[in-house]
Parts: sequence; structure tokens; C-alpha cells
Amino acid sequence: MTVAEPAVQAPGSLLAAGEPEGRRRHLAERLFHAATASAAFVPLAALGAMVAVLLVEALPAIRFNGWGFFTSGTWEIGSLYSNPVSTGGVTHLVGAHYGALSLILGTLECSAIALVVGFPIAFGAAVTIAERLPRRLAAGFGLCLEVLAGIPSVVFGLWGILVLGPVLSRDVYPTLAKLPNVPVLNVFRGPTGNGEGLLTAGLVLAVMIVPIIAATTRDLLRQVPTAPKEGAEALGMTRHETFRAVQARWIRAGVIGSAVLGLGRALGETIAVALVSGSQIHNAGNIYDTMTTIAATIVNQLDAALTDPTHFAVRSLAEAALVLLLLTLIVNVAARLLVRRSARGTALPVGAGL
Amino acid sequence: MAAVEPSPAAPGPRAADKGDWTTERTSLRRRWRDQASWGAAGLALLLLVGPLAWVLAGVLEQAARVWRWSMLTHSTAQGGLSNAIVGTLVLMLGVLVIAGLVGVGCGIYISETAPPRLGSVLRGASEVLSGVPSIVIGYVAYVSLVIGLHWGYSLVAAVLALSILVVPYVTKATELAISQVPTAYREGAEALGMRRAQVLRKVVLRSAIPGISTGLIVALAISVGETAPLLYTISFSNGYPNAALTHSSIGYLTYVAYSFWDQPAVADQNLAHAAALVLVVLVLGLILLGRLIVRLTQKYSAERGR
Repeated sequence: MTVAEPAVQAPGSLLAAGEPEGRRRHLAERLFHAATASAAFVPLAALGAMVAVLLVEALPAIRFNGWGFFTSGTWEIGSLYSNPVSTGGVTHLVGAHYGALSLILGTLECSAIALVVGFPIAFGAAVTIAERLPRRLAAGFGLCLEVLAGIPSVVFGLWGILVLGPVLSRDVYPTLAKLPNVPVLNVFRGPTGNGEGLLTAGLVLAVMIVPIIAATTRDLLRQVPTAPKEGAEALGMTRHETFRAVQARWIRAGVIGSAVLGLGRALGETIAVALVSGSQIHNAGNIYDTMTTIAATIVNQLDAALTDPTHFAVRSLAEAALVLLLLTLIVNVAARLLVRRSARGTALPVGAGL
Repeated sequence: MAAVEPSPAAPGPRAADKGDWTTERTSLRRRWRDQASWGAAGLALLLLVGPLAWVLAGVLEQAARVWRWSMLTHSTAQGGLSNAIVGTLVLMLGVLVIAGLVGVGCGIYISETAPPRLGSVLRGASEVLSGVPSIVIGYVAYVSLVIGLHWGYSLVAAVLALSILVVPYVTKATELAISQVPTAYREGAEALGMRRAQVLRKVVLRSAIPGISTGLIVALAISVGETAPLLYTISFSNGYPNAALTHSSIGYLTYVAYSFWDQPAVADQNLAHAAALVLVVLVLGLILLGRLIVRLTQKYSAERGR
């Protein structure tokens, strides 16, 4: 942008091809073109660089940890006071053992709770905003979505640990734990803890992913053309039936995509989870128990990892980061394909199947 | 309604095989189901607004108890937030410059110059990048910039990490804004004999400015609230930003909120609550600024259209 600036001020430049400064302007234009082109490759280069840096950093850890990384739940930095040893060319501390199973499970459990709780809320809210409310009110609630999406995750984390967690553990969890001992409901049984743990973290994450899913769903609903809706109502269908027959089918793939997008956000969320999860590296004993996720572990353990003189702890964290990166990449690519697929169609999908 | 073609294909057959639905009883049931479903959807909206109000009220309540205006003028070493606020503003400025230039350039190239196939590859890369967790970006910046290039905890590493995080949002906004410029504007400009670059600069970009600005504001709002990519790229210090780009820890608000809240000293805990309030106020301010730009643009273009 700055490169092209001098040319903007040139007076009367509408038909400038033959003027003396034409050459200079030509050069400026080519520079501008080159600048935008190189800027355009930044995201691609950044992605490639990230994968490359993580791979190089994690390679010794991948070799040493092997499959145990995915099957073991023990995360041991090893003895800092004895001399480092070398296994197969990889230097590490005595007793070092890195298994990320509990981190991976924690990430998945926590995100699953967030999605199960957050999706119905987000979907219902989006439907109300897009289909029911008068335009002015809808804009007001749109602002609510924007604010909810904009609140920093550290603020959600503080709220979770100082406000929500104590309230839940005092007033809600003891009641939940008394639910009958039947399948599904029996996941709520057991000691309820102090409010830091899996369920609280999942609920905070649910609040955080709701605006993403709701905003995407609302925008999808607004793209549904009016004609088939009017047609359905003209046939005497109630608005609920119209919704199921027209809008729901129109946006189906996109809504699944938006849910997966929210899942991606939940998988990668760091600070809020680090604050409310209790940050214990073990499998949660029940739904109230403390736990941790990959992202929260990276943030919590890097300080400790830096004390490892062999650098191996940092490498193992790189392996965890690589797993997280691949997990979120897969989820996000899938989500975007789904959203795009449903946003693209112009033909009526009703009756044709999506 | 007149535009609807009498197409019997759509919902007709499905409705018919649910049996006779003209009788009084089924009609009642259908009406009841209609009401119930909308009631459930409305309840969901309340469940969305409730936690939002709760979070905002919680932040306000915690901060109101401990707020002192002198916090704005003293540094974290003296029981205030001034260096953290200045640090956050400096980070925002850095992100505005770096992510602004890269993101806008990227958006222009993708929508104006790139051949379609390359464009969709670059667009896809940008979208995928927006899904990368911020902690991963922070970790990579730590390994490659702070350690690898021996920059130490530094402002540049933090600004770069944040910029990479928000570039996709600026790119998306730029692309969207450019795509919404009416074709007639371009055609008019070309009919006047302007060259492509002139059309882009004087017509397309000028009409896209409001959209690009809202994208930049979103990017700023995100970078105000991020903690994870900063912890290990810039660490934290009680000092104010200085001219040093590398080996220069500074303070910023999210760190105060993240790590002061469980410090033993009550004064430090208070700072965490105050920092949370300042963060929320900053983000709300940015969101309102974005709304204002949209509102003004609509008003302006409506007046011009008359």
C-alpha cells in the first residue's frame, strides 16, 4: 500500500499513460503487485513453517517416545539431579517418560462436553435470531454474539474459576450427583470436587464456542431464499414445519460444519482451560475430576520443561503441539468443506437431497 | 408470493404421507408443536444471553470492589496497570501495522490478481491458518524466534506471533469488502480510461475501506484478548516498552489477569480483576467502533444514493 502512495497524489492522472511520471508509476505499480503477491503467500508459508519447525523440534521425541506417547498416561520429566543418559542417540534425563494419553483424552472429553451443551443453545439461539425476532431486536442480539465472541479467554477463565466453579460445586453438582444410577445419568455420580475440573471446563468452553456456531448458523439461515419458504407456508405448513422442510435441509451441511468449527476452537482453547481444569496430568476419575488438555499442558509445562538441561522436555511438548495442530487442522478443514458446500448451492436442495 | 412457481415437487408428498392433517385434532397438535419448538429456541437464546450477562456482571462486580483510578497512572510495580495498558496498546499497534499490511495485501492479491486455482489454494491456507490454536503459534514462535534466532523474550516475536494469528481475519475481511464493490463502479472507471491499477486504487480500495477497517478492528479485538501466544514470546515485566525490539519483555493486560489472580498478595489479586475489566472495556470499545463504522458507511452511501 505504502509503495503506491506517491502515485495517488499525481494530479490529473486519469489518462496518464504518456506523462513523464508514467514510468515511475509503472514501477510503483509493479512493486505494489509484488508486495501483495508476497503477502498472499504468508499464510501458506506460515503453515508450512509451523509444521516444519514442530517436526524438526519433535523428531527426537517422536523417536524416543514411540507409540507409548499415545498409549501411556504418565508424563515424567525425569530426575533433574542425576546425569542425563542417551538412548539411541537421544539425550534425556534418567526416568524421563512422556505419555500424552491423558492429555489427548482430556482434550476430547472437554470439547465433547462443550459441543453437547453448546450446540443446542447456539442452534436454538441462531434460529430465534434469524427466523423469529424483528430486525432491530435481531441486530441487538447479533451484538450480543459479537461481544460474547470478543471477550478474552482469560476473562472467561477467571469467571470460571472465581464465579462459575464455586457456584456449581456448591449448588449444582451435589444435586447432579444424586441423579439415579442408570446409564447416561450415572456419569454424574461420584465425588464432586471443588469446581475445578472436567465439567466446569467443558461448560466454560461451551459458552465460548456458542457465538461461533450461532453466528455461522444465523448467516446460513439468512442465505435461504424466500421463495421455497413462502411456498411451504402457502401449502398451509406451520412455521415449524416450514423450517423443517426448507431451512433445516438447506443449511444441514453448513450447520454440521459450524459445529465442527466450534469443536476446533474448543480443542485448541488454552488459557480458559488452563485456569478452570485443575491442570492435573491424569485421566479424570469422573466428570467433576481435575484434568488437563494438550493446549493447557503446553502452557503449564513449558516453564518446567525449560529446567530440563537436555532440552528433551521441550521436544516432547513439541510432539504434543504437533498432535494438537494435526487434530485441529483435520477438524477445521472438514468443517470448512462442509460450510462451503452448503453455502454454495443455488438450486433448491428441497427434495433433491443435499 | 407471486414469484413462487406452483411446484408440487417440494414438500407436498412428504406432508401427504403423514396422513390426514386437516382434521381439528391434528391441527391442534401441529399448532402446539409449532409453539413448543419456537419456545425451545427462545429458551436457547436466553441460555446464550444469560451467561454473557453473568460474565460481564462478574467482571464488573469483582473489579468495582477494588478499582482505584490511580491504577491507570502507576505501573504494576507500584500497584497499578499503566505499563500493562501501554504494553497492550503497543502490541495492538504492532499488529495493526504487520497484520494490516500482510492481511490487506493478501486479500487484494487473492481477489484481484491471483489466477483462480492459486487464489483458492491461498484462500484455503488462510482459512486453515485461522483454525490453528494460538498456543501452537506461540510455541512455534518460542522455539524458532526466541530460542532459534536468539531474540530472547522480545516485542518483535510477540507481534509476529499475534499477527500470524489474526492475518486470516484481515484477509477475509479485505476479500469480502472487495467482492462487495459494485461491478458498475469498476466498469464506470474503466470506461473513463483508467488503468487496472488506478481502478483498484481509486475506486475499488476506496469503496472497500469500511469493510477492511472492520476486519482490522476484529484483528485488534482478538490481539487484545490473547494470552497464550504471548506468554513465551514476550514473557512479562514491570517495565514500560522501550525502543529495543529484541530482548525486551514488557507488561500487558492479559498476563496480569492470567497470573496475578492467585498471587498471595491481595493487592496483586486486585490488579488481576482490574485488568479483566480494562480488557473487557477495550474489547467493547473496539466492537462499538466497528459498529459505528458500519453505521456511518450505510448512512453515507444511502445519502449518496439519493
